[in-house]
Amino acid sequence: MTDATLGKTDRPREWEATKRVRRRYAADWRLQAYGIIAIGLALGLLGILLVSLISTGYQAFVQTNIDLEIYVDPAKVDAKDPAKGNFRAVVRDTLTNIFPQAQSPKQKTELTKILTADAPYILRDYVLAHPESIGQRVVLAVPASDPFDQLNKGVIPKYQDVPDGGAPGSAPTRTVNPRFSPLQIEAFEDLEKKGLVRTPFNWGLFFNADSRFPERAGLAGAITGSFYALLVCFLLSFPIGIAAALYLEEFAPKNRLTDLIEVNINNLAAVPSVVFGLLGLAVFLGFFGLPRSAPLVGGMVLSLMTLPTIIIATRAALKAVPPSIREAALGVGASKHQVMLHHVLPVAMPGILTGTIIGMAQALGETAPLLLIGMNAFIPSVENIGLLDPATSLPTQIYSWADSPERGFVARTSAAILVLLGFLAVMNLVAIVLRHRFERKW
Amino acid sequence: MEANVAARPIIRVQAPMPEQTDSLPVEQHELKMQARDVNVFYGDKQALFDVSLDILDRSVTSLIGPSGCGKSTFLRCLNRMNDVIESCRVTGEITLDGRDINSPKVDPVQLRARVGMVFQKPNPFPKSIFENVAYGPRIHGLASSKAELAEIVENSLKKAGLWEEVKDRLEEPGTGLSGGQQQRLCIARAIAVNPEVILMDEPCSALDPIATARIEALMEELKENYCIVIVTHSMQQAARVSQRTAFFHLGKLVEVDETVRMFTNPSDTRTQDYVTGRFG
Repeated sequence: MTDATLGKTDRPREWEATKRVRRRYAADWRLQAYGIIAIGLALGLLGILLVSLISTGYQAFVQTNIDLEIYVDPAKVDAKDPAKGNFRAVVRDTLTNIFPQAQSPKQKTELTKILTADAPYILRDYVLAHPESIGQRVVLAVPASDPFDQLNKGVIPKYQDVPDGGAPGSAPTRTVNPRFSPLQIEAFEDLEKKGLVRTPFNWGLFFNADSRFPERAGLAGAITGSFYALLVCFLLSFPIGIAAALYLEEFAPKNRLTDLIEVNINNLAAVPSVVFGLLGLAVFLGFFGLPRSAPLVGGMVLSLMTLPTIIIATRAALKAVPPSIREAALGVGASKHQVMLHHVLPVAMPGILTGTIIGMAQALGETAPLLLIGMNAFIPSVENIGLLDPATSLPTQIYSWADSPERGFVARTSAAILVLLGFLAVMNLVAIVLRHRFERKW
Repeated sequence: MEANVAARPIIRVQAPMPEQTDSLPVEQHELKMQARDVNVFYGDKQALFDVSLDILDRSVTSLIGPSGCGKSTFLRCLNRMNDVIESCRVTGEITLDGRDINSPKVDPVQLRARVGMVFQKPNPFPKSIFENVAYGPRIHGLASSKAELAEIVENSLKKAGLWEEVKDRLEEPGTGLSGGQQQRLCIARAIAVNPEVILMDEPCSALDPIATARIEALMEELKENYCIVIVTHSMQQAARVSQRTAFFHLGKLVEVDETVRMFTNPSDTRTQDYVTGRFG
């Protein structure tokens, strides 16, 4: 072999090598680009979701209130039996006093429709709580009714342009939105002028129970119901899940039966939630006769769904514990349960907790099984929610509100979704904090 | 020619020998553990064939041999650590002070308190230094008060030669120590339950030479009170620390004798080949 041939064979090889290197870099770069595109897409979609939720939901976080100075007339509200007072008349008189143009009973009724239909009950509750106010003047912030709430927030217009039917090209006439009467508009503008219309933060969204009137509807009932259901779900699925996983992972003999159990647990995790709902309906309600719509049953159904998630996560966490720790504990003469409880479980705890909280977050957002056992009850009062009482939950509340025709529920549905997402974010945060605390201990 | 090959290791291993002549002659030690015709099976595969070995008290017995020869398996038989391996089956008789440890009357947990173990990789619990040592005495109820427990911890750490280094940071995690310190912590942990026998499975293979020297010095002290069995890959280590050496090959115990004789004048040619570096 001469030098010339050597050079000839070498040079193209070198050239090919650079080409290969360039191709490899390009492939590396492409792979990264795909990943960035995928993440960008996911973040973009999440952004669109959040923007649309916030843009429709933000209005539900404020509420149009009207400050009314009400004279609690002792002639209409008897101090001896205030609960039976004619609060409707008191509210009507208050409005008529502010706006005396309303003379006929029809006009007076029109006036009261500016306020929420609950206004007499709000006044009643106030008077019952403060009996000394009878015969006095009190100032109450009463929510405006839904159309005026929407009007004040600019969702629906005050006037609308009707093209003049007769002559083409003639100027359209401006008429009052047919949802309101001219008298109502006049009165509302008058209230605005007097500075009585305010739009403060809507605490009622969190502290009111459900209502037919969107201006009065809140999530307190749903939050309470979800809390009880999740509590039951956690109390059932956390210990059972860990016990099952511990047995399967550490004690069970490896044979056909345990293989079968393992396969079935993995399959259970993939069963659609509506099936668990049907199961709960048939077994818990039908067979055991537990009360319908109760958070106890809701939690039990949810725990059926959460159990496989917790078992799988716990087994993975147990498997990840280094065998050297088990050997060390066995070597100093720890018994099997001491090895498990003192050494393996604490090391596996962060993983178990993460799996549990992921399962609980799934359960918090689960709708279908709760609908099937009737946990979408209409709960107008938060006071009487217990484990066995009818209740609703956050996702089923969202479902009912989304189904309601009133304009005000559109924003409230989005707001409720934001609240649900907020709870999920808080749960994940708790999971992260717990993890770090557990890990720092060692 | 053969004599020529055999002559080399004599020179190599003779340096540490004088130390050993100071200690009691092997014949004067009591018999602590005894294995008779031990066979170990992993499923269908037999890992040990008819191993019979005497282990003497207050001395270091080292098990040497090429990888996979069954020396670690044999070691794990001595405190029934093989019990936790599901497919593992042990036949034959192993006695501790004349009593069969494999009999159904013997509880493996109590046995392991008498026969402690130190592993190849330092494996402190992910807990504080104090907790690492205190754990064993606590589960065996060896201390009746907190002060007593603290005393056991201190004594164990002193015996393991770690006390001076960690006495001011007992609450820090044991996993934060250096590799050699971790291994001494593991030895302290094993000593804390007051065992009679300490098994060491290649205790220095993950350590640097300085840490190794400290562990070896420690073994030298510990053998005054304990029966120590050590598995090692380093023939120099076996020569330095042990009074008796057993050579395993392909699951069989080839030869067991006083360390000096094993390294100078072994009776089996396989032993000779191994200690002279012909294979393994």
